[in-house]
Amino acid sequence: MQDFFDIDSALSEEERAVRDSVRQFVDERVLPVIGSCYVEGRFPREIIPGLAELGVFGANLPEEYGCAGLNNVAYGLIMQELERGDSGIRSFASVQGALAMYPIFAFGSEEQKKQYLPKMATGEIIGCFGLTEPDFGSNPSGMITMAKEQPDGTWLLNGAKMWITNGSTAKIAIVWAKTNGDKSDKSIRGFIVPTDTKGFTAKDQKGKLSLRASDTSELVMQDVHLPATALLPNSGGLKSPLMCLTQARYGISWGVIGAAMACYEEALAYATNRVMFGKAIGGFQLQQQRLAQMLTEIVKAQLVSLHLGRLKDQGTFTPQQVSFAKRNNCDIATDIAREARRLLGANGILAEYASMRHMSNLESVYTYEGTHDIHTLILGQAVTGLNAFN
Amino acid sequence: MKIAVCIKRVPDMETRFRIAASGTAVDEAGLKYDMSDFDGYAVETALQLNEKEGKGETVVISLGPDVVQEQLRKALSMGAERAVQLKAERVPVDGLAIARALAAELRDGGYDLILFGRQAVDSANATVGPMTATLLDLPCATAVSTLDIAGGRATVRRDLEGAAEIVELPLPAVITVDEGMPRARYPSLKGIMAAKKKPLEVKPAQLGEEHLTLEKMELPPERAAGRIVGEGPGAVSELVRLLHTEAKVL
Amino acid sequence: MANVFAMAESRGGALRRVAFEAVSAARAIADASGGGEVHALLAGAPGIAALAPELGKYGADLVVVVEHAVLANASPEVLAATAAARIRTGGYRAAVFSTSAQGRDLAPRVAAQLGVSMAADVTSFELAGDAMVVKHPSYAGKVIATLRLAGSPAVLTLRPGARAAVEAPRAARVESAQPAIDPASARVVVKEMIAGGGAKLDIGDAPVIVSGGRGLKSAENFKLVEDLAAAFGNAAVGATRAVTDDGWRPHSDQIGQTGRQVSPDLYVACGISGAIQHIAGMRNSRTIVAINKDKDAPIFKVADYGIVGDVLEILPVLTAAVKQARSQG
Repeated sequence: MQDFFDIDSALSEEERAVRDSVRQFVDERVLPVIGSCYVEGRFPREIIPGLAELGVFGANLPEEYGCAGLNNVAYGLIMQELERGDSGIRSFASVQGALAMYPIFAFGSEEQKKQYLPKMATGEIIGCFGLTEPDFGSNPSGMITMAKEQPDGTWLLNGAKMWITNGSTAKIAIVWAKTNGDKSDKSIRGFIVPTDTKGFTAKDQKGKLSLRASDTSELVMQDVHLPATALLPNSGGLKSPLMCLTQARYGISWGVIGAAMACYEEALAYATNRVMFGKAIGGFQLQQQRLAQMLTEIVKAQLVSLHLGRLKDQGTFTPQQVSFAKRNNCDIATDIAREARRLLGANGILAEYASMRHMSNLESVYTYEGTHDIHTLILGQAVTGLNAFN
Repeated sequence: MKIAVCIKRVPDMETRFRIAASGTAVDEAGLKYDMSDFDGYAVETALQLNEKEGKGETVVISLGPDVVQEQLRKALSMGAERAVQLKAERVPVDGLAIARALAAELRDGGYDLILFGRQAVDSANATVGPMTATLLDLPCATAVSTLDIAGGRATVRRDLEGAAEIVELPLPAVITVDEGMPRARYPSLKGIMAAKKKPLEVKPAQLGEEHLTLEKMELPPERAAGRIVGEGPGAVSELVRLLHTEAKVL
Repeated sequence: MANVFAMAESRGGALRRVAFEAVSAARAIADASGGGEVHALLAGAPGIAALAPELGKYGADLVVVVEHAVLANASPEVLAATAAARIRTGGYRAAVFSTSAQGRDLAPRVAAQLGVSMAADVTSFELAGDAMVVKHPSYAGKVIATLRLAGSPAVLTLRPGARAAVEAPRAARVESAQPAIDPASARVVVKEMIAGGGAKLDIGDAPVIVSGGRGLKSAENFKLVEDLAAAFGNAAVGATRAVTDDGWRPHSDQIGQTGRQVSPDLYVACGISGAIQHIAGMRNSRTIVAINKDKDAPIFKVADYGIVGDVLEILPVLTAAVKQARSQG
């Protein structure tokens, strides 16, 4: 895609190099297989070692834990390029990095960090994030999964989680549970749960029409017995999982730009080649309007995420700003994918074109990590001071 | 082994090029740049040779203005140990001038192997590699599609028109690489971070006089529009008729 | 008035077409600079001298023959030293080589030994006082560069097929010479020559090229492409990078930006979508025919004639039609 607004000039050489490397990986290893993976409904696990070698897992976490130690703009560009391939690929990396590695980094003990992070960076240990429950999606504070501390310091965990990406591939699950019978969200703590622990089962959710190249599972925990060392000692309250979500949402705001770019590029190439009524359809006013609109929203979204990344690197960003970016960028990306699909005409419904796959995936991305509506209320509250959640 | 790889910064060939107002250059606006394709194979070849041996040093060299440091850093992020920029305001069209500057840099480097891409994909001359070898009085094989090193000797395959030859030459040698040699790896993110800490030296390029100069650049004439003769096997007879009567190639 | 040098490339004891192109070009330069002589260098295994009269047919006044067993294969160091030695003492206005595989390896070595610049892969040349002005396709064939090469001798490699060899017959004198260096001292040694299977015509020489891409669906289906090439009688088979990457065809068959650049009289693109990579290698073909099932495929933009349809269905029909057309003369 042409860099219409010369956004490259606002990136460092290193950031561009990171983007170009991931782009090349996606072009060579993801694009050739992703269409059929999507149709088959499977995540291409065979690329996990390649992703790990590239260094995308926890890329913005420090080098001392075996991670790439990149800044947040570079991290965002990685997400953009992965999702240019498919939202399922980027979801895998988001979960591994922002939702499984980050909580260990932010709330874990030094032993836990040393034990898990380097192996998660190499892809040897895949993680997942257990927050959402069958009856508690937009309001995680209502969760009923409960961990009871035993006299000997161990824990007994009971509950269920749903819509968990990587659930069936993961070796560990970061599970968020209320503790010791306290039903308020202040009692929420995080636990590192090895998925082979007795009583823990993960089952793939079938019948998805979106995010098909991704493992989405239900987790069921029935009297799962955990050692004291499973607790993330510095976790406490709803704030802990929300901090993880903020990390992931930041990456997602970049990721969806990649999906939008892929759709725009496909639409533009099609429009310049497809001839109807004696000329390329890109020469008709209605198609040019579509393309101009797509380009405009992509550029605006890039500038939002870029500035947000710089603020994050400065340490001055706020979760509300992340909500702003996730909400806007998911919204425009879903529109762009749909418009691209329409520009492609009948061909646009075929799996050999990417737009409809992206369009369908983006419906999930619009909904997860805080639905569009939730982020709307977050912004509403931020500017009015008034709570419209209930 | 101590291996030197000479690389060139070139624009992306997928672009629709326009001629700059000067008429003697391509319009650079919006162009994306990378290492020339074959140069990438050369860097990859060097890295793989040293990885196989478990030790060694790969040094990348590029002639040109400061922007070529980007391509040098890409090679460093792929795994090369050291980089040298031979600084010149622009890359001359005269291959002998480039070869002179490179030879001056390479001469005392103690290299076991000096690699080039078969040709730069933009200028497409394929002269610098063999000229540099000649100035250094080193044995040279060009356009190799396989390379094996054993006992201080290199064995290569060179594709000719409708044939191939197997050639042997002693190290130290200069070799230019062609299709068949391994494609360039994409740098890992850690590699990109590590590249910043690797040495990149800037020295002036000793080009000397240039006797080949660029007068003009122009776009080739457009082909006249063609036409679809028909659909399916039924169109074959019409095609054959046109090839016979109109195009006169049958 | 000045003499002009030409490299008469041979292989396996026979002159290659590019030898005649080089001699013919040298003849044109000599005539344009007041009518000097054309001296051709013919190097090969003992007995190669017998080919000298063929060079006279294309305008060579003198053929310098160097015969040695080592030269049965092209020994680059011996050839380069010998050519350079001859050119150094000959006072030539220009030295013409071909951008064949041998020529483009040889000419830069010779130029560097002489300490002179050279112009590579030229499609045309013109004397301009003390200089030569040449045209050279660059940027994957998308930009034509006009270059000025100053000084004598003007060393150049001529793109094969860019300039037809023109007969200008005379009786060429023959002079025997020795290799300029002891062949036993050559460091670069050709150990083995592998001929391309049978009488396979090389894509660089073929007037017709039939090329296949991914649309053929499998390596086995390339048989259809080979059948069509056989039907033409004088055709070679080419391939896109996609299918050579997949191992369906050898790398040496690849036509494109990083492969071979060809300009046959007729190029038939079968099941090729027309990626810029590929077009860069064949856009200068005189006539281009494309067969592809997608009528919006970019190949149709460069093709003179196109058929939209399944290449697997169309090729056998086309092969039969070409056979018939050719048998009717």
